[in-house]
Amino acid sequence: METTNKYWKGLEELHHDADFEKNRMNEFAEKLPLSKVLKEDDLELSSNRRDFLKFMGFGITAATLAACSRSPVKNVVPYINKPVEIDPGVANYYATTCGGCNARCSLLVKTREGRPIKIEGNAESPFSKGGVCAVGQGTVLNLYDLGRLSHPVVNNKAADWKAIDTLASSALSAGGAIRLLTGTISSPSTKAAIETFIKKYPNAKHIQYDAASASAIIDAHEQGFGKAVLPSFNIANAKSLVSVDADFLGTWISPVEFTKQYTSARKVEGGKPEDFLFHFQFESTLSLSGSNADHRATLSPSQIGAALVRLHNYVAEGTGGAQAGSSSLELAGNSIKMAATHLVKNKGKALVICGSNNPDHQALVASINSMLGAYGNTIDLDNPSYQYQGNDKEMIALVNEMNAGTVGTLIIHDCNPSYTYPDAKKFNDGLAKVKTSIAFSTRLDETSERCTAVAPTNHFLESWGDDMPKAGYISLYQPSISPIFNTRAAEESLLLWAGISTTYDEFVKKNWKENFYGGGEYKNFEDFWMHSLERGFISMESKNAKSYSFNGNLASAAKVAAESGDIEVVIYEKVAIRDGRDANNPWLQEMPDPISKVSWDNYAAISPKLAEKLGLNDEDVVEIKAKGSNYSVKLPVLKQPGQKYNTIAIAKGYGHNAKESATYKVAAGIGANAYPFATVTDNALIFGGQTVTITKTGENYPLAQSQTHHHMEGRDLVRETTIAEIANGSYYKEMEKKEKEESSLRISLWQDYRYPGHQWGMAVDLNACTGCNACVVSCQAENNVPVVGKDEVRRRREMHWLRIDRYYSISEEGPKEIYHDKYKELDKLGAENKLGNYEKVKVVFQPIMCQQCSNAPCETVCPVNAISHSSEGLNQQAYNRCVGTRYCANNCPYKVRRFNWFNYALNDKFKDYPMQTDLGRMVLNPDVTVRTRGVMEKCTFCVQRIQVGKLDAKKEGRALKDGEIKTACQQSCPANAIVFGDMNDPNSEISKLLENKRTYKILTELNVRPSVNYMSKVRNSNETIA
Amino acid sequence: MSHEAAIREPLIFGETNYSVITDEICAPAEAKPTKHWYIGFTIAMLTLCIGIVSFYYEVTHGIGSWGLNKTIGWGFDITNFVWWIGIGHAGTLISAILLLFRQDWRNSINRSAEAMTLFAVVCAGQFPIFHMGRVWNAFFTLPLPNDYGPLWPNFNSALLWDVFAISTYFTVSIVFWYTGIIPDLATLRDRAKSKTRWHIFNFFSFGWTGSIRQWNRFELVSLILAGLATPLVLSVHTIVSFDFATSVLPGWHTTIFPPYFVAGAIFSGFAMVLTLLIIARKVMRLEKYITIGHLEAMSKIITLTGTMVGIAYGTEFFMAWYSGYSYEQFTFINRAFGPYWWSYWIMISCNVVSPQLFWVRKFRRSPIFIFIMSIFVNIGMWFERFVIIVTSLHRDFLPSSWAMYVPTWVEFGMFVGTIGLFFVLFFLFAKYLPVIAIAEVKMIYKKTTHGKPAGAYHGEQDYDQDKAYELAAAAHGHGHDEHETVGEHHH
Repeated sequence: METTNKYWKGLEELHHDADFEKNRMNEFAEKLPLSKVLKEDDLELSSNRRDFLKFMGFGITAATLAACSRSPVKNVVPYINKPVEIDPGVANYYATTCGGCNARCSLLVKTREGRPIKIEGNAESPFSKGGVCAVGQGTVLNLYDLGRLSHPVVNNKAADWKAIDTLASSALSAGGAIRLLTGTISSPSTKAAIETFIKKYPNAKHIQYDAASASAIIDAHEQGFGKAVLPSFNIANAKSLVSVDADFLGTWISPVEFTKQYTSARKVEGGKPEDFLFHFQFESTLSLSGSNADHRATLSPSQIGAALVRLHNYVAEGTGGAQAGSSSLELAGNSIKMAATHLVKNKGKALVICGSNNPDHQALVASINSMLGAYGNTIDLDNPSYQYQGNDKEMIALVNEMNAGTVGTLIIHDCNPSYTYPDAKKFNDGLAKVKTSIAFSTRLDETSERCTAVAPTNHFLESWGDDMPKAGYISLYQPSISPIFNTRAAEESLLLWAGISTTYDEFVKKNWKENFYGGGEYKNFEDFWMHSLERGFISMESKNAKSYSFNGNLASAAKVAAESGDIEVVIYEKVAIRDGRDANNPWLQEMPDPISKVSWDNYAAISPKLAEKLGLNDEDVVEIKAKGSNYSVKLPVLKQPGQKYNTIAIAKGYGHNAKESATYKVAAGIGANAYPFATVTDNALIFGGQTVTITKTGENYPLAQSQTHHHMEGRDLVRETTIAEIANGSYYKEMEKKEKEESSLRISLWQDYRYPGHQWGMAVDLNACTGCNACVVSCQAENNVPVVGKDEVRRRREMHWLRIDRYYSISEEGPKEIYHDKYKELDKLGAENKLGNYEKVKVVFQPIMCQQCSNAPCETVCPVNAISHSSEGLNQQAYNRCVGTRYCANNCPYKVRRFNWFNYALNDKFKDYPMQTDLGRMVLNPDVTVRTRGVMEKCTFCVQRIQVGKLDAKKEGRALKDGEIKTACQQSCPANAIVFGDMNDPNSEISKLLENKRTYKILTELNVRPSVNYMSKVRNSNETIA
Repeated sequence: MSHEAAIREPLIFGETNYSVITDEICAPAEAKPTKHWYIGFTIAMLTLCIGIVSFYYEVTHGIGSWGLNKTIGWGFDITNFVWWIGIGHAGTLISAILLLFRQDWRNSINRSAEAMTLFAVVCAGQFPIFHMGRVWNAFFTLPLPNDYGPLWPNFNSALLWDVFAISTYFTVSIVFWYTGIIPDLATLRDRAKSKTRWHIFNFFSFGWTGSIRQWNRFELVSLILAGLATPLVLSVHTIVSFDFATSVLPGWHTTIFPPYFVAGAIFSGFAMVLTLLIIARKVMRLEKYITIGHLEAMSKIITLTGTMVGIAYGTEFFMAWYSGYSYEQFTFINRAFGPYWWSYWIMISCNVVSPQLFWVRKFRRSPIFIFIMSIFVNIGMWFERFVIIVTSLHRDFLPSSWAMYVPTWVEFGMFVGTIGLFFVLFFLFAKYLPVIAIAEVKMIYKKTTHGKPAGAYHGEQDYDQDKAYELAAAAHGHGHDEHETVGEHHH
């Protein structure tokens, strides 16, 4: 029924009032008094309370509606014209050469979408053979360092290249001596560029200077053989090796190459036990090499001369050579005699090396090697090394010349003498007297900040170039990214100033065409060039190494200086920081020192006995003052077993003090500079031996140590034996017995996991592993492991997925145990034992990563199922699912799980580290998630690499090949200590190693069934040679 | 109704009848809070604020604000959790097991003990939640239906069992406690002087009228709930102990843990009940109802459980030796003589040695002594959990990873904060609700005073219960007729 009622809201509506009719269709019947509201003549809103509420209501509603909309769209723009070689998500590898140190290993650089993200070794290189050290691994991070100089600087002001070029050309033509001071130049093309430059400016002279100088070795060979070269050493050929203060596995000359050689000389399988290299090490502080030695004795720097004379004379006795002076020094346990006897016994297969930069010492070493027939066998003078060419005499002369004011223009390239030169003050004074100084540098370091102009150079990953680390072997550089900053290759500048305007890559190519292209198998030069670039290096025919005999004068060397008896300083290089050029690298700073396990600092290492005598404890800050120069530093004490009594060791490379704070954002304020403790004599830079006084300051400085307990507590973790026991089979019998016991424990209530496809496993050969930590940094780079800084390492929260445990042991007549804990004194047992015996310490290393247990204790305890067991035997951590109870970490017997205590990628506390800047983030591996705060993480066996390998095989429709997948740690290991593979494949290397009798697993009694295996360490024992 | 022998110490002293009981117990809830209450409440609130700041800091900054590290993943967090959960157990034991065993003396303490249970569980619950690195995802631990597969929690994990155990425990405890308080809420309602108050209590007492039928059901429900709660006394701490026992860590992986943890829980729980009641009976003038006899009974339980805990400590050492497992042997030697030796010896002296003093009757009847002892036991039991958690973790299998744990202010703040929370809740409870179960005390009134007015025993509030009881017992011993002489003797 239709209603007849009429409804109305007001009389106006009822009467159809005209005004009302006009406005009825509008939303607001009356005009909104907007103008009134918004009028703010006297800054007072004219609206009343009700209006205010209306506006509020409207405002809130509008804001709410606005908030409902999606956040602004950010477009990801794909390549419009996709570069042919770049497939998003697929890595490209470019061959290049490492610029990390002078050794110049050949590399492969992994790039993703045009960004270099990882350094890998070039396995084809006959020298580095695929190995990369920790420093090399770290170089990729230097590329993304905000401390790099991004633009030219003239007179401490930002400038453009034109300004530098103008300055250079006017300075160079202004007369006065021109001096070109560089680090070692082993690059043929750079050398050619410098020659071109010198041709143009005949008053120019090129001087090479190395912070870690090998000048004395070159001098000795000039004196003794008439050949001023650094010889190539071949440890692989040696059966007897004596190293006097040379850390050839860690820092000396070419550590990766030497490690490869060392490992091949100490093969247990596939080598004869009698060929197993015997390694003697005489040194002041415990080095990486010393920790691997079969026989180690300590000596102070001032005893090196006497020890070498004694060794020389013993060897002379044995070989019928001439005596040189006389010395009655003997080191603990008749070490010198023992070494000499062994050397002589292995004549022709013997080698003595020495790290001292004293020409007298090196002359003795050359003479000993000559008597031992080393030249031509273990030392090659015909295919010398060009890795170190620094000439101390020329450098000393240059500094004098500068101080005399006769140098008009000084061009500095690839060295930092204001920091590294022992008498830096004299250098700086001289530099101030040079009219125009131009530095080629990647950063405003201590030297370049004092120069008139700074021409920023490329990082080596942005550079073209070449390098000849050894005669007959040239490694190429090719850029894997275009220069990030406004930088220019140093060579290009030199050529430009010499009037040749060409790009440096053109110049290199031209140089190669002229000098290295010899047709052969290649169609044309372009073909040769492309092949060489692809391969990364060329090897030319090497000359036959001839035998040489020493006929230098040993008169001055034979004079043995009397020992002072005072405390002597030992200046050494650390494996990570080396000479200090990469001190601003947070990965390297955070890498624990292989021996002391301290990161982020240098310190005063002293022997426990000396510490007791001086009343010092770990972390007491002492002032160390040089008696000669009055230079003093304050450093915390670290009691270092294996340290010579009466010596104090300080590492180089710390205590940077550039004025520009951005230059060393990470390195600034860390440690103290040890270079000034070195002395400048007439013809050499002598590192170590200066006498010092030590005063306790009463302060305390906590060191960031990643391991504070140093004794294995008799647990069956690192198994060690001697080559003699291997040879007579007794060790294998013992291992078999243990294996039998262990297999009886392998019972389970549950059905075992089945691994139908692959089952990944790993074997770590503790005999090969030298403890160098290359794998640690490699893992950090590959897996986006955050840097946490000094404070957090002090709290024992470093994030490394892979760590190397280091334990001390004493087997001879010393205390049986070392009870060294931060919170308990080192010397619990020391009272009854002679503390001096801590000098005779042995070291074992054990890399520990996630053991990927089959019965994983971490998996069962997670309340949210964040850890799952893969069908290929991996314990997979799902970050997104993890709520962070840390139960899994507690229950992990190997303590390999790492918790994200903070949001390392966003927390301000960590803002100086790579994850927090746009530039630093470029190094991140896009295949690996960056973990957020509150989740647990751990080693994945590089699951992203496994995935890539499997996908590649699948795409090609074939089975996966053994060795195709290499984990990051395995890839870079200079010792080939790590083998990874499929344990289900009976022909894989890992499967074969599992059959090896040296192979064992740790903590088997827990029945967790780890997938990581260890292989016993094998040493030569003194009995072998007795 | 059972009949109590006169030789038994009466459970209520003083001049009392039903109406006096009601008056006295309701008085604090009806009067304005005293000055002491305000002072106490303010202090508790301030302490709670410390906790709030600390929790806030932890959630905003990360677990890194604690002193944990790569080796020690649990420290104060789980120590506090286990400690608080343990404390809760006495309440359930008193309200459930003692009810089933018809231990009438429990009637005057069960209300506050149960309240304590609830508050302790509330405090305990904070730690497993906030110890998570990503607390905002805490709901992952619940078996909620979801779209990820579905993805369920890991039913193998003892931590998940904890989630169920504690939520069950809390639920049953609160239902039991609330059921018990309904008649008293009705009493408060009936005594209400203002309309609002009447309405509030009427609402919360669910319309209780006190009919026979209601009483009957009340008794039934109480029994059923007691039956449900009894296994919980054993199961909750058993499951908490599984957090450790199901792991592989030496010092954790021990089959003795379940009984040992339960005994420890009751031990610490009684200590906390004593701490609270000794203050409450004094401040709220409830000495009549919470008598020296009550305190003594609880002291005896403490001695019993303390001794059990001591035997467990010894058994652990024996097993470590007997197993021949070097890692376990090291762990126990390290506990007693390692860097954390002091925590071990605090634990031993507070938990094993000190309760033995209760063998002396004089000590276990002295409220001050008992109070001091109860604090000792609380400290000792906190350290027991600290010792189990931290000393087992800090030196486990690989010596390279051995480390030390030093807590930060945040962890202290969180711990202190939960103590604040506990007391805030307890103060509110003491102010607004009857701390003694009026109805239940009335139940025992008759039998414990043998039908005489309880006043027969007594006089003043601070009346010497010891003496009265001794006199009474002596009189009984002399062969007097118990019904006649006890009261007289005193007068």
